[in-house]
Amino acid sequence: MSAHLSYGRVNLNILREAARKELREFLDKCAGSKAIVWDEYLTGPFGLIAQYSLLKEHEVEKMFTLKGGRLPAADVKNIIFFVRPRLELMDIIAENVISEDKMHSPRDFHILFVPRRSMLCEQRLKEQGVLGSFINIDEYILDLIPYDGDLLSMESEGAFRECYLESDQTSLYHTAKGLMTLQALYGTIPQIFGKGECARHVANMMLRMKREFAGSQTQILPVFDSLLLLDRNIDLLTPLATQLTYEGLIDEVYGITNGYAKLPPEKFAAQKKQGEVGKDLPTEPKKMQLNSAEELYAEIRDKNFNAIGAALSKKAKIISAAFEERHNAKTVGEIKQFVSQLPHMQAARSSLANHTSIAELIKDITSEKNSLYSFSFHVQLTTLHSSFIYLFYLYLTRQVTSEAFFDNLTVEQEFMTGVDTDKVNTYIEDCIAQKDPLIKILRLVCMQSVCNNGLKQKILDYYKREILQTYGYEHMLTLNNLEKTGLLKPQTSTRNNYPTIRKTLKLWMEDANEQNPNDISYVYSGYAPLSIRLTQVLARPGWRSIEEVLKMLPGPHFEERQQLPAGLHKKRQQGENRTTLVFFLGGVTYAEVAALRFLSQMEDGGTEYIIATTKLINGTSWIKSLMDRPEAP
Amino acid sequence: MFYVTHNPYISEHSEKLLTSLILYLLDCRWSVHDDVILLWQDYVSDWTPEETVKRMQQGKVYSLEKFRSLQDKLLLLDEAVNAHDGNVITAVLIYLKKSLSKEILFRELITREIALRHYIHYLKEIGEQKLLLMQYRDHLNVRDENKRRDFLKNCLSFPFSPDDATHVQDHYTLLERQIIIEANDKQVESSGQADIFKKYPRKASILNMPIITTLYYSCFYHYGESDGTFSSPANIRKTFRISDKQFLLTCLGARAKLKAWFDVDALFTTKNWLGYTKKRSPIGFHRIVDILQKNNAPVQVLQDYVNLVEDVEQKISLAQKYKCHDVIINTYRDLKDRQQLIVYRGKVERSSSEYRKIEEILSNSVRLWGEVSPRYRSRICFPSSKLNLNH
Repeated sequence: MSAHLSYGRVNLNILREAARKELREFLDKCAGSKAIVWDEYLTGPFGLIAQYSLLKEHEVEKMFTLKGGRLPAADVKNIIFFVRPRLELMDIIAENVISEDKMHSPRDFHILFVPRRSMLCEQRLKEQGVLGSFINIDEYILDLIPYDGDLLSMESEGAFRECYLESDQTSLYHTAKGLMTLQALYGTIPQIFGKGECARHVANMMLRMKREFAGSQTQILPVFDSLLLLDRNIDLLTPLATQLTYEGLIDEVYGITNGYAKLPPEKFAAQKKQGEVGKDLPTEPKKMQLNSAEELYAEIRDKNFNAIGAALSKKAKIISAAFEERHNAKTVGEIKQFVSQLPHMQAARSSLANHTSIAELIKDITSEKNSLYSFSFHVQLTTLHSSFIYLFYLYLTRQVTSEAFFDNLTVEQEFMTGVDTDKVNTYIEDCIAQKDPLIKILRLVCMQSVCNNGLKQKILDYYKREILQTYGYEHMLTLNNLEKTGLLKPQTSTRNNYPTIRKTLKLWMEDANEQNPNDISYVYSGYAPLSIRLTQVLARPGWRSIEEVLKMLPGPHFEERQQLPAGLHKKRQQGENRTTLVFFLGGVTYAEVAALRFLSQMEDGGTEYIIATTKLINGTSWIKSLMDRPEAP
Repeated sequence: MFYVTHNPYISEHSEKLLTSLILYLLDCRWSVHDDVILLWQDYVSDWTPEETVKRMQQGKVYSLEKFRSLQDKLLLLDEAVNAHDGNVITAVLIYLKKSLSKEILFRELITREIALRHYIHYLKEIGEQKLLLMQYRDHLNVRDENKRRDFLKNCLSFPFSPDDATHVQDHYTLLERQIIIEANDKQVESSGQADIFKKYPRKASILNMPIITTLYYSCFYHYGESDGTFSSPANIRKTFRISDKQFLLTCLGARAKLKAWFDVDALFTTKNWLGYTKKRSPIGFHRIVDILQKNNAPVQVLQDYVNLVEDVEQKISLAQKYKCHDVIINTYRDLKDRQQLIVYRGKVERSSSEYRKIEEILSNSVRLWGEVSPRYRSRICFPSSKLNLNH
């Protein structure tokens, strides 16, 4: 289940095992049979750490979702609440405890706060009169969750909003804590680089925490050579662009949460073994796990979508050939060997079928035109429905684009290359008139603003008015938020630094090769993510060479060194790669992850990267986190 | 050490003395005997909200700290409001601001208009206007439309930027009008007076819909009303300063849905000073054709608009898509493209009028055009699918 975590240069399984150990210890503290009452939000991240089997080993017999009223009946000795430290959840817990029938089945109560305890919450429980009912109250510090052999995430949805909109640095504190945990397991990181205000804060906190724990030095040989902290707001452009890698597209269309994607089941029902009677079509969306444990997925996830067809067909040929081998197996020994390979080959074939289906799904969606001019005023679908219905997919040798997707991409690329960023864009106007999903509009308009270093007041006002008139005045709040974070703002000075940054860092590569890429710009078919370019330049030739450009980006840049205990300095062999941990404060996209993986496997790269972030995002989820809407009734 | 008897009926003068003494001692950090502290707390805790407010009005010593729970604090606030004393209300609000979270405080203030007004004033005084802007968001939590309208009205006095202030003003005006229109239409619909509601019953209420949606509704159900009524398109257009483009598109959508082709025509027709009518549009006619087609406009109607498309390639492609034979034939005729006419002749039915028309043109073509080689032929082809993304 977790084998894929140890494939990379850094064995992230150690982190996962440490987390599991802590969980086991807590469960054992509450001796006897147990039932866990889950805060729904936590089930996803926990699933990456421990499966039900581990819980069962520690006498967890039942699991319930946290909700008001009375707890369901269960013949267990202990009830444990796994919750985030949120006041409203405390009220629900209090309700559960109070309505417990003490006469008939006395059960012991415990709470596990994830990731931290909170005085406020315990105070609330006290006010409700239930604090005394809990035997064990503990915290389970789950900061960085390993998603793959080279990917860690805190899955903190509100991090960007809190840091850049609300000036609340709590998530930065958690980040620093998470990094301290990492250093405890993998050794002190000797060099820390950073760019951005939040990066500076995190570094300061780390250094201070290190001083506070000066006594306990870890004697572990450091695994990481350096840490690079990057603020999301030094590169606001990249998340706004539509990702064009296979994994990026799946995220854009369907959304990937906790390593799973929920896909419409129709195409997958077709996969039945020969001779099996066709069952009714399943109505539940198919949940697919997407990580590098699946060999085929690991190969194709980071490819540009234009290269997927070729990759799938190549794989199909290999698998076919492998199955054909059975004709060559003559001796008993050969047949035995073939049979032993069968499970692996069958797994490969089913994997191929799955991904072909996903690819077809995306293609199907893209060839169906969005309903363009439906002005019917039936109850408005909330514009937060994030289906990017116009998407593009290449299957085998045919290239089919949907007009709408192509137009959208064209406009994105025009902005990125600096074309007409100072005028009202007619495509955006048309989309507003057609009432396309609001987030699509916001992404484009923000992109134009970022590439133009703010929009002229007249143009900004025009866009704002069109948006408010078409989607409702309440979105004024969202527009204000976007302005505060710098995504959609008025022009303050006539100087636009973006073209200079683009030229110096070579962000736009005209002839990006999608099939056999030689540069990170393939992930956006021509645009190299600014954040990754900075990472690349830091490794070679270093940031001294781009001082001017760095000054144009917000926030300070810095370098810090941490003392290593004597004798732990790593002696690097000739030709051995450095290992850098890149931490994105505020979110990172799958396309950027793909770009870093590309850098890692480059022959003369010299550096391998492990990626960490506060959250895995795409343009839609990112903008959504900045929208101000009340909970749906 | 001081021992003081606790006598609830001590005179005002003595009380002043007592309290000043205790406060002085506390200030000096003298270890005032525990008993005295207890006595003081005891004394203070006896005061109900009503008594506390009275004491505040009379300028006597008071303590708000004892009001710890939310319920108590709100009782205190309501008492203060009932007393109508601005200073008292403000003093209580200061305490609440210190001891309650922004969200909770504001949630409670929404329903207490007088207290809210004082709070706004107070925030302005101390320069914390920004807090108010965040509270505008809370309007979304108010479900009842009348209450929400009132809340928005209160928000008008917030220190928004001039732009935002206009938007909030529009928001308020819009909701105000929507409430009126909704009440009226609901009544008309249920009484069965108007045909339009019988033929196209309303699927949802107009409340809280964006302005463009409201305009569409108005063009659908209230087209042609004079601009004196709130529900007329003309009035909405003027009040909310809707652009020509938006207005046109919205009207078009609504009238096309109702298949009111004459109304659609009227939207684009203008008379020039000579009295001749001409069709003009601020948006490309190809867009209009698309909208009409989506609403199942008959070919005759579509044809007129396809004809108005300026770009020849686009015109032909649209005409072919929607089978506007006459347009195609006329265009090829104007381009003197004999080849294409022959090709197209093969696509129409032998016995149709189109066939005969093409025949006629072709037979006259030699006489009229001579041996003119068809121009534009190579250019008029289907737009090739744009394959290369890296343009």
